Amino acid sequence: MIPGLKKRISVSRALVHDRLKPNTPTPPSKTLQLRSVFLCVVLVILALAFSCSRQPENGEQPVNRSTIKIGYFGDLSGPNYNFSQSAMNGVLMAAAKMNQYGGIKGRQIDVVIEDDRGSPEESARLTAKLIDRDKVIAIVAGGVSGNSLAAAPKAQSSHVPLISPSSTDPAVTKTGDYIFRTCFVDSFQGEVMASFAAATLQAKKAAILFDFNSPYGRGLTDFFEASFRKLGGEIVNKQSYKQGDTDFKGQLSSIEAAEPDVIYIPGYYGDVALIAKQARALGLEQPLLGGDGWDAPELWQLGGDALNGSYMSTHYSPDSPSPEIQSFVEEYKQRYQNLSPDAHAALAYDATRLLFDALERAGTTDSGPLRDALAQTKDFKGVTGLISIDADRNAVKPAIVLKLQDADFIYQETIQPKTSEPQPTPQSPSPARSRRSGFSN
Amino acid sequence: MPRYLRNLIIALVVIAVLIGLDFVFQGRMLNPYFVRILMLSGIAITLAVSLNLINGFTGQFSIGHAGFMAVGAYSSAYFSVNYGVNLANSLGGGKVGWVVALLVSTLIGAFFAGLAGLAVGIPSLRLRGDYLAIVTLGFGQIIVVFLNNIEAVGGARGYSGIPIVKSFFWIFLVAVLTIVIVYNIVNSAFGRALISIREDELAAEAMGVNTTRYKVMAFVISSALAGAGGVLLAHFDGYLNPKSFEFIKSFEILIMIILGGLGSIVGSVLGAIVLTVLPEALRGFAEYRMVIYSLLLIILMITRPQGLLGSTGPLKAWRKRRKLTAENAGGGPAAAPTSPSTVATQPERPAPGGENLR
Repeated sequence: MIPGLKKRISVSRALVHDRLKPNTPTPPSKTLQLRSVFLCVVLVILALAFSCSRQPENGEQPVNRSTIKIGYFGDLSGPNYNFSQSAMNGVLMAAAKMNQYGGIKGRQIDVVIEDDRGSPEESARLTAKLIDRDKVIAIVAGGVSGNSLAAAPKAQSSHVPLISPSSTDPAVTKTGDYIFRTCFVDSFQGEVMASFAAATLQAKKAAILFDFNSPYGRGLTDFFEASFRKLGGEIVNKQSYKQGDTDFKGQLSSIEAAEPDVIYIPGYYGDVALIAKQARALGLEQPLLGGDGWDAPELWQLGGDALNGSYMSTHYSPDSPSPEIQSFVEEYKQRYQNLSPDAHAALAYDATRLLFDALERAGTTDSGPLRDALAQTKDFKGVTGLISIDADRNAVKPAIVLKLQDADFIYQETIQPKTSEPQPTPQSPSPARSRRSGFSN
Repeated sequence: MPRYLRNLIIALVVIAVLIGLDFVFQGRMLNPYFVRILMLSGIAITLAVSLNLINGFTGQFSIGHAGFMAVGAYSSAYFSVNYGVNLANSLGGGKVGWVVALLVSTLIGAFFAGLAGLAVGIPSLRLRGDYLAIVTLGFGQIIVVFLNNIEAVGGARGYSGIPIVKSFFWIFLVAVLTIVIVYNIVNSAFGRALISIREDELAAEAMGVNTTRYKVMAFVISSALAGAGGVLLAHFDGYLNPKSFEFIKSFEILIMIILGGLGSIVGSVLGAIVLTVLPEALRGFAEYRMVIYSLLLIILMITRPQGLLGSTGPLKAWRKRRKLTAENAGGGPAAAPTSPSTVATQPERPAPGGENLR
């Protein structure tokens, strides 16, 4: 029961009583009232004091031309905090490196960080806060697609570029011409896995187990299903779960009965690890396939050996011998206690550097020219591959497939974007233009 | 001064003040971030006050408020996207057009939320005790699952592209209207019946109060007002996600009214403002923000278990004192004492012997 309910009832009983005998009033205790009023006043003053304490600094901000403010927000305390932690590290590392080299045209970069707790509503609020209060010139944020979708309308209406490092939902950049992304879209990722399953693994029958609450899981499922069918495969069973579920045995038994060759699980690492464990316990030995939602070091801690023999599509592999990737990995490890950078760190690092590159080309922090510079990005050499921004403000770039074996991600193959894109594919390794940016390795 | 004239003047003054404030805020004389928090507080007030009608005044423990909010938000958003834009444009597309379109979509949102309230309320409010809590919790979950699967409103991806019509005036007009509606209900015969149900349902029924009917009515009104709050939210960010309407949202509203004081309108308003401003104000503490926020709530509940304003709000107490002194000055009890039950059903008759049987 609610504490204080008894007291409340007795007081209101007294009220009813009063109506019956209006001549004998029971005066409400004055001290009680005074105390509650006092408490309210203190609370409001406290709240105002906190919110006002940073107001003057805020007022000076537009005058202060020495730093360039960019915003980052992510899920730093919710279900996918790992992704956001990595992405935040990537953003901070890019900014720190830029500052080491003297900043952009002599101006230092300042990153404002906020935590959206994984809630879309909170993302929308934070975007408004970053834009209206902190006056950031651009936002590199939006890991989970739902949160980017919530943040996008505000960024668009305020004409502040929002660059999402890892929202793969096609709808995100459709909000308007100030919304960009530096990763491939769900459709491409679904196709990549379908073609890998059909061509490399020679799979004929596939089962799908997806998170029905997440747009990411649904998007990947739809595109995987369509491409796999096109390639002559058959979807023999389709089951769903909800993020946070802990028992998947029902769905897995049903999948087992359908005898698929592969099981596609386009979820996030936390659930996937549990699913893998339970699947192996039930005797399902088929390879599990997944997307970049799997790509977190914690996958191994949670899932262990159950994940052996699985495959996932993702953005980059830290094991790649390419010198750009190796020097990025080394520096990241130096900065962040020997942590190996996952795809989200690499993507956020690339997104931030891409923003800096556009800032240098635009030569101004004004939103119009900055937007145009971002849109004109072509063959930007990032650690996750050559990035070009297409007419829909999506990144055209390759995906790679990794095999999971003994707590390691082993590089399998790189799948290039289709040539049917309106853009010339960045397949040729010729650097189209020389980069001036101070940290090109 | 006649009562209706006084009310009319008050209404006009309130509207004038709101329009004035709207003008000030639109002119960007205040940081838009603060205006935004202010407007979010307005939406929270609508939700909290409406929940207080069923939880605080009728004593029925409903924890599915976010579900009704979602119904209002999504139905109005669907209308705005598919018809509202055309309606506004056909009326000139200017301010007038949008006022009409928003009015219609608010009514639609409130209507559908009220309908959902009726559907949930009729079977579950016949029951006593904690059943309503369970049914409303279930309803909240069902709505979220539905929304995740209806592709016409975006499904799990969320519903984007809703026209953004946020005005300080509109949000606070709805909030003020909600307060007026709930205040008038609570201070009417209907409200007395509701309070009698809260105090002792069995006794109320024995006195002739049709408890189910009153509970359902209160529940439907509360749901419809929550739906109106949802409409405001839908047109605020131009994006809706089923995730925003999970049961945690219902609890947020519940915390507002418990913090403010169950059965106190001023308390609900205060709780809504405090719980909207506090998380924003604590942003300076970064990682410790939610820890401090939770700690503050715990401390508040320990020091004031009946909520900030308990069941005797200062305004109410002041009014009561004033009334009593007026009556005393008028010489004895002028008005016939009325008990909640008699108001609801039968006129009071003097006992045949001339003696008061009370």
